[in-house]
Amino acid sequence: MNQFLQQLVNGISLGSIYALVALGYTMVYGIIKLINFAHGDVYMVGAYVGFAVTTYAGIGFIPALIISMLSCALLGIVIEKVAYKPLRNSARIAILITAIGVSLLLEYVMMYFVGAEVRSYPKLLDDSVLKFGNIIINIQQIYIVFTAIALMLLLQFVVKNTKIGKAMRAVSADRDAAQLMGIRVDSTISFTFAIGSALAGAGGVLVGIYYNSIDPLMGMMPGLKAFVAAVFGGIGSIPGAMIGGLSIGILETLVSGYGNSMYRDAAVFAFLIIILILKPSGILGKNTKEKV
Amino acid sequence: MKKKTFLSLIAVLTMTGLFVSCGTNKSNNEVANEVVNKVEGSGNSGTDNSGEIKIGINFELTGEVASYGQSNVDGIMMAFDEINAEGGIDGKKITAVQIDNKSDPAEATSVATRLMTQEKVVAELGPATSGNFMATIPVAMQNKVPAISASATADKGVTVDDKGNVNEYVFRLCFNDSFQGVTMANFALNNLEAKKAVIIKDNSSDYGKGLAENFKDTFEKSGGQVVSEEGYVSKDKDFNAVLTKIKGKDFDVIFIPGYYQEAGLIIKQARDLGIDAPVLGADGFDSPVLLELAGANALNDVYYSNHYSSLDQDPLVQEFIAGFKERYGADPNAFNALGYDLGKYIADAIERAGSQEPEAVKDALKSTKGFRGITGTFDMDENHNPVKSAVVIGLKNGVQATSVKVDPK
Repeated sequence: MNQFLQQLVNGISLGSIYALVALGYTMVYGIIKLINFAHGDVYMVGAYVGFAVTTYAGIGFIPALIISMLSCALLGIVIEKVAYKPLRNSARIAILITAIGVSLLLEYVMMYFVGAEVRSYPKLLDDSVLKFGNIIINIQQIYIVFTAIALMLLLQFVVKNTKIGKAMRAVSADRDAAQLMGIRVDSTISFTFAIGSALAGAGGVLVGIYYNSIDPLMGMMPGLKAFVAAVFGGIGSIPGAMIGGLSIGILETLVSGYGNSMYRDAAVFAFLIIILILKPSGILGKNTKEKV
Repeated sequence: MKKKTFLSLIAVLTMTGLFVSCGTNKSNNEVANEVVNKVEGSGNSGTDNSGEIKIGINFELTGEVASYGQSNVDGIMMAFDEINAEGGIDGKKITAVQIDNKSDPAEATSVATRLMTQEKVVAELGPATSGNFMATIPVAMQNKVPAISASATADKGVTVDDKGNVNEYVFRLCFNDSFQGVTMANFALNNLEAKKAVIIKDNSSDYGKGLAENFKDTFEKSGGQVVSEEGYVSKDKDFNAVLTKIKGKDFDVIFIPGYYQEAGLIIKQARDLGIDAPVLGADGFDSPVLLELAGANALNDVYYSNHYSSLDQDPLVQEFIAGFKERYGADPNAFNALGYDLGKYIADAIERAGSQEPEAVKDALKSTKGFRGITGTFDMDENHNPVKSAVVIGLKNGVQATSVKVDPK
């Protein structure tokens, strides 16, 4: 029983990381129906920005987090303007392939500048452990879970209760009609990329601190798993990303903990295939009818 | 067409290199800046062919594994300079012909070809890593020039080809991966009195899988029991699930065959979860990054096999460490020590051969008995692998605290 609870703790903290990345995926998909495969790499850039400002400028956790989020927001806007906007009216597959290109570009440009070596992160947060009976929780795990939840609530609030959120929903529902109603579609899309990328940046810094290790390819696997999480939760849905992230994290942990650790990644992606066959819209996704 | 351009480019560069080195004494630090360079030991000038012994240096001086190659070369140069200062081999000075292979197997092959066919070296040293070294093997076999690596530890395809035939001109100076697995199993059984072990292996590298297999075989044959065998892939960061799982089991040691990038994180997360069992590993642990990733507090009761330990009280080793510090201003690592041994080893073989004929040098390398080096005393076996001892290093608060020599059986 103890072991099960401990695995649950592990799963939730891992799942929160996926959720942080999945939130950005889901927002971008929700608005322009693009799976932004470069998202995991924005998260990597965020981790490096945090690393650079804390190591070389010696600033603390909160300012580092803010600088990293701002840089990633900017990067997100640039990526959208340079790579995706010119293709907005092309076939979906063209944008998707471009997204993969952007992802590889970010990874290898970063590798050119910082090298392929892993780096350890400066210690910015308390990493003592709390013991509840036999269950061990690292304070950093709590930070990660709460940051994920807080950001999800904040996003939900922005989307449902603000003017820009209303614009986002309008663009998502029907881009042309929104434009006719006087909504500035371009800036709304830019804003979505900025928020999504800022979240990824925050995730990158937190993960860098938690695992104490960053490298230029760190965004690849979490990016793919977060994608599975977003699909499972219902791509386009913000609470869905959270639920999806946590579910994937727990699934992975249980496969490692009770099954065979060598099948862990296989299990996650097999799960993706099963969802896509049985319920492609995910748990909280809207079951929209395809317009003919 | 492309090949032709390439060859002529090489020819031009070679000539430039000859020109540059003519009559000048270059310091070793400048070497990497030029494509080809002859490094002459102190006191040696002029390129009289009868008075020099040309040895090819084909190493990773730039690129992703440059740190391994550069470390090897630093050791080799120190050895060559010492030999030349003492008058060389039979009155002839050693000249190193050094070319960067850019950590690339294709480049390593063309560098080997150039060294053997154009520079007419007596023997080629390097590359440092198994993959790059293997790429040069066909060239060595074809040109019948001995090629020796100090640190290519792969089990298969180095000194013995796929069909089990010995590559006549290929030698190495380090033990292979399977020996490390066996060593650590014996260490766990005899020195730590462990009965039950858990293996967490790097499932994405031959290195990790080979070590795990050999550890398991030896451990179980001698009455131990592998309670659980878990795997991860390179770049994984979260090991809590696997560690929680093994925490519920009864075991004495954890064996982590893999590299420091992940091993550092596994050790840290294991200690955070309250797993205090000794952790064992192999030479993949040998990096300062291990300490950065795991933190000093987690690195207690951690043991790994390595080629050499700076704690070794053998005067030969201590003299080497002092000399290296004086020359480079840093502590030598295992790759430096292997490089130094490589330099001394080839000189020893040429001296015993009494000739600069590659064929004679090859026979001398083959018949080595009781060569005394920094990384141990060894004989060459019939497969061109050294029969040498490994050192098991124990860490305390992240620093090397103990070292135990384990002899091959």
